[in-house]
Amino acid sequence: MSKHHISVTINGTVYEDDVDSRTLLVHWIRDGLHLTGTHIGCDTSSCGACTILVDGRATKSCTMFAVQANGREIMTVEGLEKDGKLHPIQEGFHQEHALQCGYCTPGMMMAGVALLQRNPHPSERDIRVGISGNLCRCTGYVNIVKAIQYAAEKMRASEQVPVSAGEGGE
Amino acid sequence: MIPGSFDYVVANSVPEAVALLQQHGDDAKILAGGHSLIPLLRFRLAAPAVLIDINRISELEYIQESDGVLHIGALTREAALDDSELIGERYPILRDTASGVADPVVRNWATVGGNLAHADPANDHPATMLALGASVVAEGSGGRRVIPIDEFFTDAPFETALHADEILVEIRIPAPGERSGGAYCKLERKVGDYAIAGVAACVTLDANGLVTRAGIGLTNVGAHPIKARAAEQALIGKPLDEANIQHAADLAAAAAQPTSDIRGPAEYKRAMVHTLCVRALRRALARATGATEGR
Repeated sequence: MSKHHISVTINGTVYEDDVDSRTLLVHWIRDGLHLTGTHIGCDTSSCGACTILVDGRATKSCTMFAVQANGREIMTVEGLEKDGKLHPIQEGFHQEHALQCGYCTPGMMMAGVALLQRNPHPSERDIRVGISGNLCRCTGYVNIVKAIQYAAEKMRASEQVPVSAGEGGE
Repeated sequence: MIPGSFDYVVANSVPEAVALLQQHGDDAKILAGGHSLIPLLRFRLAAPAVLIDINRISELEYIQESDGVLHIGALTREAALDDSELIGERYPILRDTASGVADPVVRNWATVGGNLAHADPANDHPATMLALGASVVAEGSGGRRVIPIDEFFTDAPFETALHADEILVEIRIPAPGERSGGAYCKLERKVGDYAIAGVAACVTLDANGLVTRAGIGLTNVGAHPIKARAAEQALIGKPLDEANIQHAADLAAAAAQPTSDIRGPAEYKRAMVHTLCVRALRRALARATGATEGR
């Protein structure tokens, strides 16, 4: 067994810790850092409840060791809200009633955010493919798709401001 | 489901990874995307003493075509293959394959090299690489060597021709000549599950529409990835008409060695190999001739 000193930026805050090589990222985030918004479902990379962003990539945090995240930047569901204002994806899930029990919601929202970062104009099919690694046993997905469409529209609208003001952007 | 204890080391270059493999031998496993290995560790089906993490060797992530060969770095993520314009335009069979591996979140980390080196007969790339006539490049203490893909897999599942101190560094695929096309068709119960069965088919036609090269690979219908040689041979020199497609599919189904399990009885899987082979050959033909593809 080896212990490793790691330094990981999560939602803008740098966390340093000594972790066992076998500690899974999701366990460190939940049990070590008490960021319990990230859920554990299947434990085998099937359900997507543990989805977070690692260096901007949607990642199932049950299938990565904490030590692998050393030096990387992570965003969890707790990082979506800014200054008391909901992220458009959170607003979309609220407005469109995209959750019932809520267990899959954090992972579903992170998969949705990753999708919209890559593809700001997703078709319904793009969205369904984009969240196909995330299981929901309550909603039947219809309202989740609507919520992501809501967020897409909202994010496009807010991004038009800097573009028309002559800002480059990515 | 916590894995047993192991030591973890980061390799920052291929020579570093090889040196670590030399040091630890069979006790070590390479950690690439980890989406096969980490679940195995969690179920305690594998218990290596050392994991060598190669995820930071970014020079192993590339997709480029040069001198009539497509070179894919072993650490190339499935998502990168799926997104690549070069792949979409010139090698649609690889897009078919990559876009069907697990799910989009898994594909952000899962690697093409890992999919091959893990040598799970249920993995998708082995069949496609067998159909394409690919080769792989291994690097070890003795330098680099090129291994034809049909010599890379053995008769046993999860076993390859790699030596204990070798790491897979590149996949090489001959660039398609004129009138070439390929397709991968996979049947799965749900997104993220392994294939019930999958068939990869590639063809090259001459100016008269006769087949000059055919490659057919089968997924998850045997203890190892299967190259349907009799089906390939039967197509050579023939037009790819419906009768010949059906005949090749009969031979491909006969080459399958499925077993009955939760994904269905053996006879059902054999029938699906037939159906998928017909579809893959029709789509390969459409791509080879520039016809509009049906779905």
